[in-house]
Amino acid sequence: MNAIPRPIENIRIAKSRMGFAVCLFLVGYLAVGLRLADLTLLRGGDGTAIHTPQKPAIAQSRRADITDRNGTLLASALEMAAAYADTTLIKEPSILANDIHAILPDENKDKLVKKLSSGKKFVWLRRDLTPKQEYALNALGSPAINFQSEDRRIYPAGALTAHIVGYTDIDGIGIAGIEKSFDASLRDKNAPLQLTLDLRVQHILRNALQKRMKEFSAVGATGIVMDVHTGEIIAMVSLPDFDPHKPGDAKSRQRFSTATLGVYEMGSTFKLFSTAAALEAKQVSFSTSFDTKEPIRYGRFSINDYHAKRRRLTVPEIFIYSSNIGTARIAQTLGETGLRDFYAKLGFFTPVPVDLPERGKPLYPRPWKDIHTLTGSFGHGIAVTPLHITRAAAALVNGGILVTPHIIKDNATSLSPVAQGLRVVSADTSEAMRKLMSLTVVEGTGGKAKAAGYDVGGKTGTAEKNIKGRYVRDKLISSFLAAFPMREPRYVVLASLDEPKPSKNSHGYATGGWTGAPVVGEVVAQMAPLYGIDPDFDADGMMTRGMEKYLKEGKNVAALSAHR
Amino acid sequence: MTGRMARSDKSVLGLWWRNTDRWTFAAFMALIAAGVFLVSAASPSVAERIGLAPFHFVKRHIVFLFPALGALLAMSLASRQTLWRVSTLVFSGSLFLCILAIFMGPEIKGATRWVHMFGVSLQPSEFLKPSLAIVSAWLMARHHDRENFPGYQLSITAFLIAAGVLLVQPDFGMTFVLACIWGAQLFMAGLPLLLVFVLGGLVVAGIIGAYIMLPHVASRIDRFLDPAAGDNYQVQKSLDAFGNGGLFGTGPAHGQVKLKLPDAHADFIFAVIGEELGLIATLLLVSVFCFIIVRSFMRIRHSDDLFVVLATGGLLTQLALQSLIHMGSSLQLLPAKGMTLPFISYGGSSLIATGFSAGLLLALTRRRAGTAPDPSWSPVFRGKKAHA
Repeated sequence: MNAIPRPIENIRIAKSRMGFAVCLFLVGYLAVGLRLADLTLLRGGDGTAIHTPQKPAIAQSRRADITDRNGTLLASALEMAAAYADTTLIKEPSILANDIHAILPDENKDKLVKKLSSGKKFVWLRRDLTPKQEYALNALGSPAINFQSEDRRIYPAGALTAHIVGYTDIDGIGIAGIEKSFDASLRDKNAPLQLTLDLRVQHILRNALQKRMKEFSAVGATGIVMDVHTGEIIAMVSLPDFDPHKPGDAKSRQRFSTATLGVYEMGSTFKLFSTAAALEAKQVSFSTSFDTKEPIRYGRFSINDYHAKRRRLTVPEIFIYSSNIGTARIAQTLGETGLRDFYAKLGFFTPVPVDLPERGKPLYPRPWKDIHTLTGSFGHGIAVTPLHITRAAAALVNGGILVTPHIIKDNATSLSPVAQGLRVVSADTSEAMRKLMSLTVVEGTGGKAKAAGYDVGGKTGTAEKNIKGRYVRDKLISSFLAAFPMREPRYVVLASLDEPKPSKNSHGYATGGWTGAPVVGEVVAQMAPLYGIDPDFDADGMMTRGMEKYLKEGKNVAALSAHR
Repeated sequence: MTGRMARSDKSVLGLWWRNTDRWTFAAFMALIAAGVFLVSAASPSVAERIGLAPFHFVKRHIVFLFPALGALLAMSLASRQTLWRVSTLVFSGSLFLCILAIFMGPEIKGATRWVHMFGVSLQPSEFLKPSLAIVSAWLMARHHDRENFPGYQLSITAFLIAAGVLLVQPDFGMTFVLACIWGAQLFMAGLPLLLVFVLGGLVVAGIIGAYIMLPHVASRIDRFLDPAAGDNYQVQKSLDAFGNGGLFGTGPAHGQVKLKLPDAHADFIFAVIGEELGLIATLLLVSVFCFIIVRSFMRIRHSDDLFVVLATGGLLTQLALQSLIHMGSSLQLLPAKGMTLPFISYGGSSLIATGFSAGLLLALTRRRAGTAPDPSWSPVFRGKKAHA
């Protein structure tokens, strides 16, 4: 037909154009192949970068360990198996429950049966299985039981360091303590995070506190041991405490960190600071004396003494007998703002700069009036955390430098001495304070803190708790704030009991001298050997030599002085 | 192996075995077998998630396999005349069902694409694609063959009606594939290059128009161009899957992506393959598709039958386009577009239609001897050579 040439021409075009299309398709498949290789072998350039910060970060690197200053493990991540069940696949829930109960004897059998017959597609059986338990459960051969591996945070020291180390939520995100404040670096870093804590001292302190808590039926207790030169926190205990593996089971009282978050009127331990302020300002000396016969009346306030002497007392006498009247008189010499400024310098009006999320905000009178100088001198009307006064006491005894409390063992800061800190008192005032603290143990209210050979000195404090604006007579915070050895102090030790009641041996007393001081004595006697501090029985109380001239009743000091 | 015996065998099956492209046939069978295996791996988790028995999809896939294989074998045996006759019937039938679906079908995700017949759900538009390819190839070829036969006009009419029906459903993906098949055939049939460019420009304009007019198209393209901007959950999971699979994969049934993707057994089955069987398997799969296309092209290279060339071109375009869109979507090479992977993905209508297309392709690439070609319509047959 006449159309014959045309189709042939058309077929030629069609076939070459089809060849072109086939080539296009092949290019498409080549692109697919290249992209496949890119995604699987090179893990795809831009495409995957968008969503990488999902799981791998957690899955690949396990959360870093936390250790104490000696490398003892305080927190670690362990891969554990979690078992769950699809109850729709269970034919005989009671038989399976029996089998599971045989492997996990602490699971309630009735509850298991109930759980397994619930008909749900997903129920947790147990989330922290040991490999043996996992093996045994798997060996039951039930198609209903499945496993999934999870990282679980384990705290070998348990409650002992719970308030400091803190804990994580179920997804491994730190929500308290070091786990929270160092959450990011714990997740990124592989090296363990070393704390300044010494687990041994932590144990000694907690033991001693628990013993006295029981003896005096106290509701709580706080203890801190701090290196006076570096500010390193060697031990810090808040009682009651809790099991960090089960923070949800603990009451909020237990989870509360009294040492760093709780603010309390610390009472007479503040006389350390008000006396130091007056000595530093050279408003008083050891020989200065004040009349303490009559209570001070100021408006509707009346300031009275607990261990009243009702006579004229020298500054050392006021200190060791813990006279409120005398201390108020001393503080008055500082004028309108002297005491306030000194407290501000010691950091009492701001949260302590410590690497923990739980930092209590102090409460103090604003505006600061004359009456606050009087009451503030013996620790009334100003509430700070126990860590505040521990840090300030370290400054008074280390030669006068206010150090920053450290909880992370950082060799750079622990090697460099106090030099970086702010000077708050002169070396002379520091020495004078050491004498007064020594004298308190030798002659005054702190006698029970004695640890033979370790030359302990300190100051008692007994404050009535302010509950809803009223001071309650029999609800006390009884503390002892100490340092040792007094000739050249290395550590500050604070022990404080919350609402101690008089015990049958304490003659009706629940004061700091009866409750906190013995804790300090016990802690010092046990920790000093660990730190290579040799007992020196001749040196005990040596700082008080010659102080008898300021005391009317000073048999012990006189005896000490005569002995040498 | 039985070549010598088969030569003397004049039975239907014997002729079929001798003349059919056994390599392409083997490739189709391999794909179908892989499909059963992969649907078994990917679908139980999907089925469980939507509250069906674990092997619901696997069972249905195997059930649909029989009509699919039947269509494949039947069409591969058919004469060319039967091919276009059956295709014309299938085309009109599915067009009718598509229209029926618009009025009577259930609305699923805002579109009416399904009809329920004899207790099964069908997506008739799946059958439009291969049948349009055959029908329009025949019309175009006949236009050249017979004077005064308005082949192109009829072809354009058939395409416009089909595309219009699909747009009403609405099913833009299917319309796009259909337009590409028909456009490719028009191109191969010798459309002047100037017109090719004009039409190409129209397509681009159409895409831009869809981007401007249709919010969901716009969002899909925006998310492709700027992955950080929107929700790319499925694509991200899919990309993760390939990374997770690596060279050798996690092993069959050990993948995770199917637990997270709602369409792991259909629109994202390629990701499941990538994760569970790894790079080697996915590359193998890609090469099987390449093989089918190149092999089929080589088989018709010496054909002088315009109908055969155009029909094969249309069918290959469909196969290549669907597989490329499916793979490209899960690899973020293209904007995400739900598209089944021919032979592999779960989907009853898709499977049967794929079997139908494969049968057509095998018939077209069959060696010319044997089943009688119809001399009445083929200009070439009457022309130079009687045998290829």
